[in-house]
Parts: sequence; structure tokens; C-alpha cells
Amino acid sequence: MGEPEIPLAFLPVGHRARVVKVGVEGLTRNRLLDLGLVPSTVVEAVRRSPAGDPVAYNIRGAIIALRSEESRLITVCPLALGR
Amino acid sequence: MKSPVVGGRGVLAKRNPPGSDGVVALAGNPNTGKSTVFNGLTGLNQHTGNWPGKTVTLAKGNYRYQNKLVTLVDLPGTYSLLANSTDEQVARDFICFGKPDATVVVVDATCLERNLNLAFQVMEITPKVILCVNLIDEAKRKQIEVDYGKLAALLGVPVVPTAARDKVGLNTLKEAIHQMVFLHKQPQPRTVRYSQEIEAAVAKIQKELEPYLQGKIDARWVALRLLDGDTTIIAEIKKYLQAETTEMAETAEMANMAEMAEATESAGATEASELAPRAHETGGLEVVKCYK
Repeated sequence: MGEPEIPLAFLPVGHRARVVKVGVEGLTRNRLLDLGLVPSTVVEAVRRSPAGDPVAYNIRGAIIALRSEESRLITVCPLALGR
Repeated sequence: MKSPVVGGRGVLAKRNPPGSDGVVALAGNPNTGKSTVFNGLTGLNQHTGNWPGKTVTLAKGNYRYQNKLVTLVDLPGTYSLLANSTDEQVARDFICFGKPDATVVVVDATCLERNLNLAFQVMEITPKVILCVNLIDEAKRKQIEVDYGKLAALLGVPVVPTAARDKVGLNTLKEAIHQMVFLHKQPQPRTVRYSQEIEAAVAKIQKELEPYLQGKIDARWVALRLLDGDTTIIAEIKKYLQAETTEMAETAEMANMAEMAEATESAGATEASELAPRAHETGGLEVVKCYK
């Protein structure tokens, strides 16, 4: 089923999504790719900081916090909640 | 042997410490227990040194195995060698220009997939790579089992599992280093293949580069960096080759750079920026299958 694509920043905590596009540019883009955030990677929003930003994501086994500045430029396709 | 080089290339100047039979670099992501491996191998023999021209400190230490004195250089922990930061540049420059006799890439057994990005990047620079899969005790606790034989076959380099904290596997690692450095067992790492368009551009640039690099630096790797738009590498190579050859090299480099710029354009910038994800795909996906 074709789930809609959303910015990673909109992914609710506890939900998982597949990365479609890393729309970040420059060094930040390289850094994100190096951390394993590449297209087709499944990420999970694990925790939201008290202020709501940044959000911690599980990326390939590591917990990495991203600011909405970056995460809103990353396009993901949310996965149905695991059975 | 190379003579010490001018212009803050301290890494090169220290290439062959007196009395040492071989130089081995330790690379790895942060928090993979790299320094524990370093200390485990060298004992308490460690001291840190500040290399001229760099603010980043490289730890250096020795150990003796089979009557050979091996110098270990602990590189800064990085996720990448694409020179986004000083740490990455120091690590890259040492592996590329410091010409270690072997490079041990320490990876986290619990987070293998993510760590292999760096391993693939190192294998693009030099074939003399040993993969040290550390923290196998933690992996076991997390019920992760790694098929080391399959991993070695997929990567084409020796793989040594270790739990450096408990000194598990360190002798095997010393033996693997010994075989590579002194018995000259050179592995054939599996290099990442990119899309046809990129490979065509690489081939074109590589051919132009080879006469100038004279096998001193891997031409394919330099071609890839240029396609990536990495400008820092040009300056470093120039410095390196200038020290190695005559002024003619400089003129040649200039002419060369113009050609490279042309080839880069034809390859297309968007394609180049997609290099990294592809490395991940080729490496990551297949290696997942190594988990039993």
C-alpha cells in the first residue's frame, strides 16, 4: 500500500519509517550519510526532548539526535506499526 | 625511504620511527573501543604526540611480536574519511600519505552495518586493511552472532574478532598484522562499484591521473574524491607529490586539474553526491546477511 511520504520531523515517537530522500545539502548531508542515514534505511523516532526538538532516532542500531532543521528535509515513508 | 617533508606534513616526517620495523594505523568510528585495542596491543607503552601543523593529537605506541617492533598509530575516531572535519582529514591523510604498512579498522560488532562505511572508505585508499570486529562480548550479550568467515569473504580482507577489554583476540590480531606487514600477505578488498555513469567518469579521470600519481596514491580513489568535489585533497596531493618529485609535477598537476574539472562536470554533480549511499547499499545490505 502506497503510504504517503512525509518529512522525518513529522514522524511520531514510536513509529518507524523508510528513508526516501535525504534533502540536506553540503557537509551536513555527508555527515548524515556517513551515520547510515541513506535512502531505504529504516529509522525509528525513539524519544523527543522536553522542548520538542531535537528528536532521537534509531538509525541502524545507533541512537542519533537530529534537529528539526535537518529532519524536516529528510523525506520518509512511514511504516505500519509493527505487529 | 621518503625524507621528512616540508610544510607541516609532520605525519610523514614520523613515518619510520627509529628502530621500528613497521607502522600500523588504527582507524575506526568513535566508541568502538579503538583506544582499548591500542592499549591492549601496546601495553602501557603509550604516549601521545602532537603532530606539527595539526591540532589533533595522534597516539603512538609500540609492541614487539615475533621479534619485530611494530609502531601503532591511533587515528582520531571518525565515521568517514571524506574530510568534513579536521579529525577526518588527519585520519585520511595518514592512511593516504603516511603509507602505513597496514591499517586496522576497528568496528563495533553490535553496530556492524554502520561501521562498515568507514571500512569501505579505507579499502578504497589501500588494500592493506585488517578488520578488527571489537566488542564481541557486548554483541554476545545482545545475542548478535557474526559470521566472520563470510564477512572476510565478502570484504576480501582478514577479519579478527576481539573483545579488547578482556584481551580476547589480540594475539590473533597481532598475527594478522604480522602476516600482512612482514610476510606480505596482501588482501584483495572488494571495492565499491558505482553506477555506470560514475564508473565511466572515474575511468576517464583515473587514466589521466595515473602518470602523475605514479602508483604512489590510488588513482581510482583520487578520481572518486574529485568527483565528490573534495577540494582539500588536491592541495594535500600537491604537497605530497611536490615533496616526492620535482617542480615539473606541479605544472603537470595544474594541467591535470583543469582536465579533472572538465571530467567532473561531465559526470554531473548530483551523481557524485550519491556516491556515499551507494557505498552503504553495497556494503550494508550484503553484510546484514552475515548476521546468523
